[in-house]
Amino acid sequence: MGPRPAAVLDRFISIYVPVVVTLVLLLFPFYWMAITSIKPNAELFDTKANPFIVLKPTLDHYRYLFERTLFANWLLNTTVVASLSTLISLALSVPAGYALARFRFPGGTFLGWAIFVTYLVPQTLLFLPLTQVINWLGLANTIWSLVLTYPTFLVPFGSWLLIGYFRSIPKDLEESALVDGASRLQALIKIALPLALPGILSVGIFSFTLSWNEFIYALVFISDPANKTVPVGVTSELIRGDVFFWGSLMAGALLGSVPVALIYSFFVEYFVAGLTAGAVKG
Amino acid sequence: MAEKGALAEAPPVAVPKKAVRPWHPRLLLEREEVLGYLLMLPALGLLTVFVVYPFLYGIWLSLTDSRIGVPGNFVGLRNFLELTRDSIFQQTFRNTFLYTGVTTVFKLIFGLAVAVLLNNTFPLKRFVRAAVLLPWIVPTVLSALAWLWMFDSTFSVINWVLARFGIKGPVWLGTNPWPMISLMAVNIWRGTPFYAISFLAGMQVINQELYEAAAIDGASRWQMFRHITLPLLKSVIIIVLLLSVILTFSDFQLIYVLTRGGPANSTHLFATLAYQVGLPSGEIGLGAAISLFIFPALCVTVFLTLWYMRRQELD
Repeated sequence: MGPRPAAVLDRFISIYVPVVVTLVLLLFPFYWMAITSIKPNAELFDTKANPFIVLKPTLDHYRYLFERTLFANWLLNTTVVASLSTLISLALSVPAGYALARFRFPGGTFLGWAIFVTYLVPQTLLFLPLTQVINWLGLANTIWSLVLTYPTFLVPFGSWLLIGYFRSIPKDLEESALVDGASRLQALIKIALPLALPGILSVGIFSFTLSWNEFIYALVFISDPANKTVPVGVTSELIRGDVFFWGSLMAGALLGSVPVALIYSFFVEYFVAGLTAGAVKG
Repeated sequence: MAEKGALAEAPPVAVPKKAVRPWHPRLLLEREEVLGYLLMLPALGLLTVFVVYPFLYGIWLSLTDSRIGVPGNFVGLRNFLELTRDSIFQQTFRNTFLYTGVTTVFKLIFGLAVAVLLNNTFPLKRFVRAAVLLPWIVPTVLSALAWLWMFDSTFSVINWVLARFGIKGPVWLGTNPWPMISLMAVNIWRGTPFYAISFLAGMQVINQELYEAAAIDGASRWQMFRHITLPLLKSVIIIVLLLSVILTFSDFQLIYVLTRGGPANSTHLFATLAYQVGLPSGEIGLGAAISLFIFPALCVTVFLTLWYMRRQELD
């Protein structure tokens, strides 16, 4: 006994149609990037042609990107910056999160809230004075300026998420290890750390994508084209005055988006867990 | 919680150890307060150098007439007074509140709608849920470039479609009020997935029996949403709103790519005006003063968040 036709129609109108409309609205710009990146210029700038299709697909724009611009450098820079700042952030936020979750010490609660407050500080509040600090430290124009400053927004986020994660792990195992003569550090490294691995993984994935996407620090700290990251390189080096290389711009935008999209699609569950950590914990 | 509780939970072995040689380094590390501070030290050091210090230095800069590379003199509140009289800044001030207010309302409504929609069962649900978040996870400036191309004055695909319906589309980023509307539209496009997926995660932990009971009582879908979903989603909604408001208020990337604050400085937000005044024009003192206008909004947000979380903890 199948569902009645009226019920099928109802589902069609109330679910399938809205889902398709939502997907089209949200994903169209990516389709547009992709199709622009493989269109020859003749088709790109033909106002009479149907813009939604491509007649003679070409890889010229991608070739231009890799042969005539520093795109490969930017990809490498972004990968190095995102990986290193993620590692640094984990190295700092795992111990901090553990200390705040497990230990009681004077001022501990205050420090926990202070870290949460820095999590809310937007980069755009600090970028001007920070530019001066970076100059004084002699880091201007190097990727190290980013490797050292990205953890400032990753560590608060990571510590905050990990406090919640460590708290969700029962204390019993660590306590029995202490009874058996393990030191507190051993209990942290050998017992708590392996149990917290899923939480650490979501912090890592989130940190990597946040670093990959960062824009304003990379824009203001680095002016040497060879040291730029993908988001800054594509927006600043591929637009010269009023001349837009739309094909290669879209090729660059697409290639710069693919790594985060891939990481995200593999780890979507961890990603959503990280995304909602603040919200659900609240 | 009281200190007593902490002591009661501590392992019994720790006590005789401490009694022997409490100053020995190895035993010092067994003390919660010592190890606690040590574990926090690297994170606190980093945040002091790259957040606390720049923040304080930014306040100092805003009180000087510093230019890039030229140490400035203390001028008191002159930068702020100058700003309040400046018409571009006044416009920026209005823009920032308008942009934050309008986009937040739309993101909330669309976010709830999409979350309710995705909370149904349908084929390929996992795929759809993953795809929905894409606008939020890819680098904003890169997706903004796609929008820049879609808003192009000559080759806009949006206008191409409108033309098929006999409508002549506007110059999206050129003639007011369209540039501000376009910026808001892209911000809503980018932010709605974050709202939707967070709300969806919140909805999935709601006990289904509540809906079943309501259905037996003859409640309509709207009534269930209004009286079950919304109240139980309240804490998620509040946290998402607070995070989103501060991010939108301090937005930079969309404006930088799409309009650079133009035409004629009409679409600046605090962050983009601070950048333009502080770096390309080199008036870093004045720029820092503009940036600091983000701070009161941050304070209000932080205060509301902390107040709300405290209240939740007490309940």
